[in-house]
Amino acid sequence: MNYSLQPLGDHAVIIELGEDINLETQQNLKLITSFFDKNLEDWMVEYIPAFTTVSLFYDPVKVMNQSSKIHALPYDIVCTKLRSLLGRIHAVNEDNQRLVEIPVCYGGNLGPDLQFVAEHNGLTPEEVIHIHSSGNYIVYMIGFAPGFPYIGGMSEKIATPRRETPRLKIPPKTVGIAGQQTGVYPIETPGGWQLIGRTPVELFLPDEEPPTLLRAGDKIKFKPISYKEYLELGGDK
Amino acid sequence: MLTVVKPGLLTSVQDLGRYGYQKYGVIASGVMDQLSHRISNILVGNEENEPTLEITLLGPVIHFDKDTLISICGGDLSPSINGDPVRIWRTIFVKKGSKLSFGPAITGSRAYLAVAGGFVVPKVMDSKSTYLRAGIGGFEGRAFKAGDSLPFNLPGELSKVLFEYMALQAGDKPFIEMDWSVASDLIPLHQKDPSIRVMKGKHYPLFSQESKEKFFSQTFEVTPQSDRMGYRLKGSFLQLENPGELISEAVSFGSIQVPSEGNPIVLLADRQTTGGYPKIGQISSVDLPIIAQAKPGDHISFSEVTHETAQQLFLKREKKIKQLKNGILLKFR
Repeated sequence: MNYSLQPLGDHAVIIELGEDINLETQQNLKLITSFFDKNLEDWMVEYIPAFTTVSLFYDPVKVMNQSSKIHALPYDIVCTKLRSLLGRIHAVNEDNQRLVEIPVCYGGNLGPDLQFVAEHNGLTPEEVIHIHSSGNYIVYMIGFAPGFPYIGGMSEKIATPRRETPRLKIPPKTVGIAGQQTGVYPIETPGGWQLIGRTPVELFLPDEEPPTLLRAGDKIKFKPISYKEYLELGGDK
Repeated sequence: MLTVVKPGLLTSVQDLGRYGYQKYGVIASGVMDQLSHRISNILVGNEENEPTLEITLLGPVIHFDKDTLISICGGDLSPSINGDPVRIWRTIFVKKGSKLSFGPAITGSRAYLAVAGGFVVPKVMDSKSTYLRAGIGGFEGRAFKAGDSLPFNLPGELSKVLFEYMALQAGDKPFIEMDWSVASDLIPLHQKDPSIRVMKGKHYPLFSQESKEKFFSQTFEVTPQSDRMGYRLKGSFLQLENPGELISEAVSFGSIQVPSEGNPIVLLADRQTTGGYPKIGQISSVDLPIIAQAKPGDHISFSEVTHETAQQLFLKREKKIKQLKNGILLKFR
């Protein structure tokens, strides 16, 4: 596995696995984060994964207390430890990728921009729904907001630029499109995404462990449902 | 227990932050000024991570419903008890029925009120910090309102010894201050227009020569669009040599990022977990308590510090905090 290390401030190190967003990088990233999930050592505080990087936060005092090198820098000790730990990670061909189905009620009041997305791309709303719900998606990372998934794999046929004027409030669990990206807002936020539907499913689960429905590496399917089904599944009006 | 008579501008329960959940996009929250928070806890005999009340600019009015030990550290927001001024950076014994209030902000913008034993609030995702935007943690996931009551935990061993030592001297006064305070070299100077030590950020080399020079030579004003999430600064426009999009990655407390419109943003306690803007710099940890006390209208300048020096300064600061703790233990155990 190729990677480079560099500091993020005086408490963290960025492990960079590549310069482009691609599946190989995503898989290496998953190997590292699963390794940390199982082997989080005392001096490690936590990690934040992104598209091409994993940033590891550490406690410089604990690093020093556990080292005999009293004149070394915590950062250098951390890098030495990391090189040794990362060298132990080997690619395993485990097919443990989860497939998560997200039911979506498209259009209407729940997806006020569906018509715009259709017109922008010269399609009917039904075609937009068909294209959006038949895509094979993968969660590259969780970030920006609690449980918010950065999803890759949306068809260019329904790509639509962000609204010129962002909305001040987007209701929780709204499914949207921004450029070539699609995503689901777990909590109420302002934003310029084109809103095409809403899911009754909670993505942020503060009382559960882990507190998110989705994880990096998950495959996603969007399943169209009717408004009646949406309400039956507990969707907000 | 204490009761909030007036809530002040923004008073919330915070500890050292919610760690371990940023990988799920859950922001860290926690106090803005960790140094003042920690010392406030140490002075009343608490563990450093006990939640304190973070008080912002216009302080609350608080009624104490039982005798307790408190400490107020951080910005000087003119605290007084029953009308008499009390000093900050000190252990204070408060009698039941006393009223703590605040006046103008003399220095800094945030004060940290610790009580012996800490406050009774539930732990959410391993932390008692209030995550204001998601409405979780702290006291009912929100800032204080008038009429809120917050109970205290039973004080620990050290707090009890300190309490008894001071209770004996209090007599019938509504409060007394401890006869010693924190060593002055541990108390940060909260100047208006502070100079902040900054490491070059990961994307510093991508900025234009002019922007690199301006970043370390000009001053930047803290705008009113500044809060616990970040300070938006205004000054010289900073630009990349070749404008382009970056791939989002982790940010941290004190990351200074520059959106394409050119005004830097300093990310603070309620920062999002990742960001896609170029990071021109990173505030050294020892100066985070200084920037956390800046307020809108202040002018900030950045001076360069190497990553190596920043780590050494941090370890030195931690040593001093440990000495303060040991000093109190030696005196009272």
